Amino acid sequence: MSLQTQDIIKRSATNRLTPAPKAREFQQEVAKLIDVTTCIGCKACQVACSEWNDLRAEISDTVGVYDNPRDLAPKAWTVMRYSEVEVDGHFQWLIRKDGCMHCSDPGCLKSCPAEGAIIQYANGIVDFQSEHCIGCGYCVAGCPFNIPRISKEDNRAYKCTLCVDRIAVGQEPACVKTCPTGAIHFGTKEDMITYADERIVDLKNRGFQNAGLYNPQQVGGTHVMYVLHHANQPSLYHGLPNNPHISEIVKFWKGAWKPISAAAFVATFAGLVFHYMAVGPIEVEEDDVEREKEFEHQARKAFHAKNAKTTSTIIEENRHE
Amino acid sequence: MNKQDMLLRTPLLVRFCHVFIVILFILTALSGLSLFFPSIKAFGLVLGTPQLVRELHPFLGGIVFILLMFMLIRLAHHNIPNRDDVRWLKHINRIIAGKEPEDIPIGKYNAGQKILFWCIMSLITVLMITGIIMWRRYFAQYFPIDILRLAIFFHSLAAIGLILLIIGHAYMAFWVKGSVKGMISGYVSRAWARKNHSKWYHDEMNKIYLEEQKTKQAQSNVQQNSQ
Repeated sequence: MSLQTQDIIKRSATNRLTPAPKAREFQQEVAKLIDVTTCIGCKACQVACSEWNDLRAEISDTVGVYDNPRDLAPKAWTVMRYSEVEVDGHFQWLIRKDGCMHCSDPGCLKSCPAEGAIIQYANGIVDFQSEHCIGCGYCVAGCPFNIPRISKEDNRAYKCTLCVDRIAVGQEPACVKTCPTGAIHFGTKEDMITYADERIVDLKNRGFQNAGLYNPQQVGGTHVMYVLHHANQPSLYHGLPNNPHISEIVKFWKGAWKPISAAAFVATFAGLVFHYMAVGPIEVEEDDVEREKEFEHQARKAFHAKNAKTTSTIIEENRHE
Repeated sequence: MNKQDMLLRTPLLVRFCHVFIVILFILTALSGLSLFFPSIKAFGLVLGTPQLVRELHPFLGGIVFILLMFMLIRLAHHNIPNRDDVRWLKHINRIIAGKEPEDIPIGKYNAGQKILFWCIMSLITVLMITGIIMWRRYFAQYFPIDILRLAIFFHSLAAIGLILLIIGHAYMAFWVKGSVKGMISGYVSRAWARKNHSKWYHDEMNKIYLEEQKTKQAQSNVQQNSQ
């Protein structure tokens, strides 16, 4: 990476003892607010994403719903999800723009074993540094939202960058810029929460009693947030997790398990060194060789005496016949 | 020492297989550790770049698994537990202190070696299964995310366990002098065999005596016939 930002607050696979360059970390947190209640599902954001990021997703086929491409892909960083659901006896068509949530506590970054392959900027953006990516797929296991996709062509992980290159020069993300209904907003996280609150009051007045903001605290909050009409049931929106969190097993694997196993290594080496110095090697002494020789001599005699007897008996028997 | 005083402990094919496992295991273990402890990045250099580590580690591990399965077929019958093993285990404290009681008959492998053998075989199997599940390039997409997460964790658990056991295994070979030579040349001295594997020594010596007997008999038969 030649263009430096010097505002990196987290860097994958590095130790807290050696922080990343963050001299310019004084920044406000940014956020993208997606108001699903004003989204018409036109997919302009998908097109804008492909255009700005110069991506050409594989041309997919129709599967009976509007979802196309069918899923996020290394070359499709945002996808519209269409859900036909019934809420309180009313049929509803819920549309959600899916993509990276840019968690404050990113599971992908926690899991990543490649130094600097995933970084988090002071403004909250979680960005993959593809040239450092090794393609192991640990980020997939770490992500609570099922976002990263590994390319079969180059074995690198890809996802939404929140148009970090646009934001760096003071522009909003491409999807925000293009949205014809203004359903996607961008600004400081604080401003976005304030705006969302206004929207929620409005929605409640119009009968959506459970309207609310999706900014899950289990991952420390996100830098992509949703205004939902049914914030009490996020899973209605094509399986948006009700309770997104980094899996406990991933936390243990990347947490306590590392110092425990490091201690096991140290204890093993220390134990072995101690044992060798205290007990000393087991060697075949001159004495052992002598004793074996003596023993072997007698054993051979005994063996042949026993068997010679049997052989002579056999010969004897043969004679009688 | 001449070969007369030596006993063949490990045939050439098994020795050859063992040395390949040693080399491949070191490469696989170090590269794996570089993924588990990213701070010790240097371990990954054995395979080149971090990207090459990701690419090669599973293949090398797979070869280790196949070679160990060959070992399983060749050596399983020497590693069946018996009553003497219980006695051996009861005296484990004295054995570790280097004061092994001489009266416990020990076959080709002692109880500790047998336990190690079965631990290695089960851990490498766990590593192979979990390794396939988490192998992003070819297989990971076919497994549900919860299974994948469990696989990644149990892969690290089994790997740490196996590496520690192998360190112990290598230490034992270093501790009991003559073992390493035996693994390279295949032969151990009769005194070594009697000291460390008494029952195996007796079995091998009886085979030699029986051979002698047969030769003698054949000779005397020839003499009788000619008379």
